[in-house]
Amino acid sequence: MSDSKAFRQEIRAWLEENCPESMRSKAKPEEQVWGGRNIQFPSEDARVWFERCVEKGYCVPDWPKEYGGAGFDQKQTRIFQQEMTRLNCRPPQVNLGIWMAGPAILEFGTEEQKREHLPKIARGEIRWCQGYSEPGAGSDLAGLQCKAESDGDEYVINGSKIWTSYADHSDWIYCLVRTDSDAPKHNGITFLLFDMASEGVEAKPIELITGETHFCQTFFDNVRVPKKNALGEENKGWTVAKRVLEFERDMMSDMESTAVNSGQSPRSIGQKFLGDEDGRVTDEVFRHAIAKHEVQRRGLEMSQQRMIDEYMQGIGDPRIAMIFKYVGTEEEKSKYELMVKMAGEHSLGWGEGYTENEIQMTKDWMGAKTHSIAGGTSEIQLNIIAKRALGLPEK
Amino acid sequence: MSLAFNEEQRSLKDTARDFARDNTPVEALRQLRDTQDELGYSKEHWAQMVELGFGGVIFPEAYSGFDFGVKGLAGCMEEFGRTLTVSPLLSSVALSGSLILEAGNEAQKSKWLPAIAMGEKLVSVALEETSRHNPQATALSAEKVADGYKLNGKKTLVIDGHVADLLLVVARTSGQAGEQDGISLFLVDPEAQGVDVQRTVLTDSRNYARLELSDVVVAQDALLGEEGQGFAPLDKALDVARICLAAEMFGSIQEAFERTVEYFKERKQFGVLIGTFQALQHRAAHMYTEVQVCKTILMDALNALESGADNAPALVSGAKAKISEVAELVSNEAVQLHGGIGVTDELDIGLFLKRARLSQILLGDERFHYQRYATLSGF
Repeated sequence: MSDSKAFRQEIRAWLEENCPESMRSKAKPEEQVWGGRNIQFPSEDARVWFERCVEKGYCVPDWPKEYGGAGFDQKQTRIFQQEMTRLNCRPPQVNLGIWMAGPAILEFGTEEQKREHLPKIARGEIRWCQGYSEPGAGSDLAGLQCKAESDGDEYVINGSKIWTSYADHSDWIYCLVRTDSDAPKHNGITFLLFDMASEGVEAKPIELITGETHFCQTFFDNVRVPKKNALGEENKGWTVAKRVLEFERDMMSDMESTAVNSGQSPRSIGQKFLGDEDGRVTDEVFRHAIAKHEVQRRGLEMSQQRMIDEYMQGIGDPRIAMIFKYVGTEEEKSKYELMVKMAGEHSLGWGEGYTENEIQMTKDWMGAKTHSIAGGTSEIQLNIIAKRALGLPEK
Repeated sequence: MSLAFNEEQRSLKDTARDFARDNTPVEALRQLRDTQDELGYSKEHWAQMVELGFGGVIFPEAYSGFDFGVKGLAGCMEEFGRTLTVSPLLSSVALSGSLILEAGNEAQKSKWLPAIAMGEKLVSVALEETSRHNPQATALSAEKVADGYKLNGKKTLVIDGHVADLLLVVARTSGQAGEQDGISLFLVDPEAQGVDVQRTVLTDSRNYARLELSDVVVAQDALLGEEGQGFAPLDKALDVARICLAAEMFGSIQEAFERTVEYFKERKQFGVLIGTFQALQHRAAHMYTEVQVCKTILMDALNALESGADNAPALVSGAKAKISEVAELVSNEAVQLHGGIGVTDELDIGLFLKRARLSQILLGDERFHYQRYATLSGF
């Protein structure tokens, strides 16, 4: 038996033994475990599953063991994920630390920073949020103005950040601040890590069109942060920031497959509202549109696999990764528009007279609008493709 | 199965690319068109292509083939699409060859497949009867008579029909147009009495013909496969041809797209390169994402077809549909983004536009194929 076969069997056996039955389905928003100082478990099974994974380093399987991971290489990580998917296991915890702060610290952090932060992320002890956008700096992120002034061994931070997801529930923030106002805008930014419990930090939730309030505006009033908390060098934070945006882009292009939603698809909605007794969708225009959606969706999902297969054949092309966020979020929007057109009022309910699942569809439709904006708008993604994939000239 | 071509497939594809670059650049198509070539393809080029083995890629070794699979042939088709190479590869090899392989008896296979692979004979399938691809709508009648059948009816858009040595005629022996049952396949000699083949000239300067059969009598052994059961093998052969055509289209899409991006980097207006304009950058970037998705969808369908997966027909339809849509998008954008020169005959882009539209409708456009995908997927 090959090593990877044995490895797969070992993982499969462990998951079957240790993942509680109730953890083998997609988690609803209120069922997710976010970690943090005030970690909460929606059920006893969720706690057991979390603790077992933490013990094995399975929350971050590809991180080195010394930082709380399982130390798996790329191939092992893929096998691990395939086996998780096979059993439909929920992630034991979801967290911006795992997706973004952790990988950034692994890549750019000092040994001291790695030892301080990574094990806490792996064990779900600290919940992170992201301080990127500002009221005056959205797509023009590098135009950010939140200021960090030098005072001895500390920075003093003043300004505000917006779209800081769950800032009101987070323990630490990774935050872009301006440390040099005279330099060209990309060269005066520092990537700073600090405790949200610091004096002078205030987070106010913002209500979205979906009714959700997980985005916040976060204010900093003379917040003092040790200079050693900078990730990477002072004024060189843009390099780190761009890398984190790539992590975010990859995560968001996968949103559709991991997203918690009503569980409805264009096909199921079409069959429910427009299907005959054999399940044939009787409206040819919608039938065409459903097919088109399915073909595109599969094309997008299989593109991830194609990228890997091409690397295995020695003909890999890194540019493909640039399409995922744009194609994924745009496709998601058209998918929900299609569902709304077919389900009519049943996908626009907002209260009395509509089931929980129907109202979830309404939320999904609106929620999709945020995905092609957050983490770099579709227009910014097209800019990136034009410049880096096609080599088109800049003015 | 990998979504990337393996080393052997890439090597074959490289051979096709080099051949097309050296022998059949777009200029070769122009020459055939401008000289109103009687055959509409170059016998010399076809002989060279056969010499290089392209004729036998998908056939078993027993029939002078290389058993290299449809994935191997599709890689070549992609390269030929880049230069708009004219050849009987689609009609004679991918479609007719597959049909004989699927439906033929041993005698028919050993007579025709080596001849096709070696380029000694050209075979065309006569299928279409209306302006839209719809195999089960076949109405051309085949009536049982003593010792054989009598065929009556018309066909159109018979690819390479005017130069075919043999026609595979899709006919109805029973039932009504629209039914899958009752379709039968016949080997018809174009020289036989009552067969009228008329070449038609279309905008892509490729080769098509109309066919009229008036009381054409064929012998019992002219039947290919079982009487009334022709639809299943026809559909299978069509899928091989559809994916090969989609691969060719994908090659043309890439070429037209890349030429457009290059033009962005050369052409100046308002004192700057037009590629600096964001309005144009976004259109190019969007096309790039579509091209990438097409590539995946094509490879995915090829894998399904080659491994005989249950969902292969649905994925082939998905690929032909998606690639047809993107062919329309990219060919139109390529013309528009070249501006005035884009609508001149001098620039090759117009030839890509013309071929794109023909290949879109050939063997089923996106409307046909999304509906077929839905039927095959159970909705």
